[in-house]
Amino acid sequence: MSKAREQILAGVRRSLKRGRLDATRETALQERVSAHQRNLVPARAASMDHAGRVDLFVAMAEEVQATVVRVASPAAVPEEVARYLAAENLAADLVLAPDPGLDAFPWDARPLLRIRRGRAEAGDTVSLTPCFAAIAETGTLMLVSGAGTPTTLNFLPDTRIVVVNDRQVVATYEDGWDRLRAAGALPRAVNFITGASRTGDIEQRIELGAHGPRRLHIIVVDDRQKAGDGEDE
Amino acid sequence: MLATSSTFEANARAGLANPILQRALALMQSGFPERRRLAIERLPEFEALRDIGESIKDHTLEHLDFYLELFEANVLASGGQVHWARTPDEARAVVLQICRSVDAKVVTKGKSMIAEEIGLNEYLEKNGIAAVETDLGEYIIQLRHEPPSHLIAPAIHLMKEQVADTFRAEHCSLDPARSLAEARQLCDEARAVLRPRFLAADVGITGANFLVAETGSSIIVTNEGNGDLTQTLPRVHIVMTSLEKLVPTLEDAATLLRLLARSATGQEFSAYTTMSTGPRRPGDLDGPEQYHVVLLDNGRSALLGGEFQDVLRCIRCSACMNHCPVYAAVGGHAYGWVYSGPMGAVLTPSLIGIAKAGHLPNASTFCGRCESVCPVKIPLPKMMRHWRERQFAEKLYPPVYRAGLSLWAWVARRPALYHATVELFSRALGWAGKDRGRFRSLPLANGWTAVRDMPAPEGRSFHRLWAERQKAGARR
Repeated sequence: MSKAREQILAGVRRSLKRGRLDATRETALQERVSAHQRNLVPARAASMDHAGRVDLFVAMAEEVQATVVRVASPAAVPEEVARYLAAENLAADLVLAPDPGLDAFPWDARPLLRIRRGRAEAGDTVSLTPCFAAIAETGTLMLVSGAGTPTTLNFLPDTRIVVVNDRQVVATYEDGWDRLRAAGALPRAVNFITGASRTGDIEQRIELGAHGPRRLHIIVVDDRQKAGDGEDE
Repeated sequence: MLATSSTFEANARAGLANPILQRALALMQSGFPERRRLAIERLPEFEALRDIGESIKDHTLEHLDFYLELFEANVLASGGQVHWARTPDEARAVVLQICRSVDAKVVTKGKSMIAEEIGLNEYLEKNGIAAVETDLGEYIIQLRHEPPSHLIAPAIHLMKEQVADTFRAEHCSLDPARSLAEARQLCDEARAVLRPRFLAADVGITGANFLVAETGSSIIVTNEGNGDLTQTLPRVHIVMTSLEKLVPTLEDAATLLRLLARSATGQEFSAYTTMSTGPRRPGDLDGPEQYHVVLLDNGRSALLGGEFQDVLRCIRCSACMNHCPVYAAVGGHAYGWVYSGPMGAVLTPSLIGIAKAGHLPNASTFCGRCESVCPVKIPLPKMMRHWRERQFAEKLYPPVYRAGLSLWAWVARRPALYHATVELFSRALGWAGKDRGRFRSLPLANGWTAVRDMPAPEGRSFHRLWAERQKAGARR
């Protein structure tokens, strides 16, 4: 198909009434790309302090029918998971992302939770994962694929539980990109998730749980004091 | 897909006479525009973002060769492949060859307008591969063998009763006595029927809302999660897309994403925005083993540098059709091909030729709402006018129509004659209508008077009044 490639590129240049860009111009474009220059960023979240952003993240996520619970420490996460599953009348079977970060939670304290670690399979009903960042602007979770965080966990189970550390809340998508670049090589998938799966394809009535999860439960761990970390993004 | 754009007039008449379609279109008019308005009210920067969105797309199009090559290099660097296709034929052949290379039997599909544009489903079926649409709206119209009638809500022309009838006819193994009265039940049934297909698929084909040159990534935006199941579960992911989807950087993508969901559904952000870069990495437990991008041209490169370049800025949000009085009256199928509404009226003639799609740029009142809501400020009415001019130049209008236009142009270019003629006609009409004050029908204007009365002209013409005022002003 290289003939098609050459013809398409030649056609583009012919239409633009020029040949291949000269080296100076190409360097300038390359610099535009590498600069990662932000365009106008809405003030909504960018103008807030960190606590304001966490509150905004929670409010925006709840607006799209996610449920959000804030807990005071990592130790409270398994308890909250058990409470949520019982309250929703769901079986206590869950598949956990293999990510070692989840080992920090005292799962043994909740022996009635039946836990498997791995990717999601067809029969899995509840998944729990960490996230990469949480975008305050629109209540959006930013998740990345990797050995510890398989993408199927985000889409196959009916119920999604995501643990967000307070320090992972950032203002904007651009802040998310910065963290992603700082983390090194780009993962295969970056999933921005805002609320549960939905469709309006029948008479524009919004129905949750079209193909992906029917519910999204977010546990925000407020452990800033304990981490002794006062950084503000 | 076989275009029926040439019979737009008959299609439109059928649409106007279809009570189900009219009910569905009434729902649309009260839905999308209001939600968009509310979302935009909450974002004070929206207008400024439109200007930036426009300039990002313009910048990319003006350097498209550079960004295409950069995108390709980065896809290759992440372990993916890029296939260039000049025509729908070439694109279909590439997809089939990839499917055959893994001996694919079932292909799942996320919504892709490019796949519609090249008629991919029919082609795969003909070659013994089952292509299953997974977006709820696309699935419904696939079962009904219909084309999409809207960019983002392909089954918007149907009410839930039609969907229920379709499901009953197609899902034969289910209990015939089951209730399908509610949208909820229809969604659940589609979910249950499609889940095994997702799991069985050998290849997943999605479109792309954006291609990021900086990283070699494709971005899809969905609400259902079908696109993600489509591209995560099978061994092979094919991104079926076209040249103009390129953006330079992740920052540029973020700006356009802020515009897209608000303009489309009035959401702050769609439920799922997913960026894919290459195949699964060593150690990954899931994700496709192969990642292919098929880049279709199909006449787009020829639009660059000309009077239709601006339409390549389109991010397929559907705001133009959601706000169009013509679309709201006749529905998307009247346009007779893949793209409908104002963006279809401009893009379709570019892709299938003005000879076949000539009615579309004429099906406009030039009210300008489409341009006023477009997130990347495409001057749609101006481009429809360019198409009309081209039709006239290429003698595509009927002889009587052309003769009338020529006569009008000849008179309009001679101000003295024009004013005298207008004066003569308005006096004659004023005299003829002085008793009733209006006309119920007029020769040569039946189309106009069929739905309204023509008021009889009174007094002096605007031009005359204006001239008198200017004279009076000069004297003072």
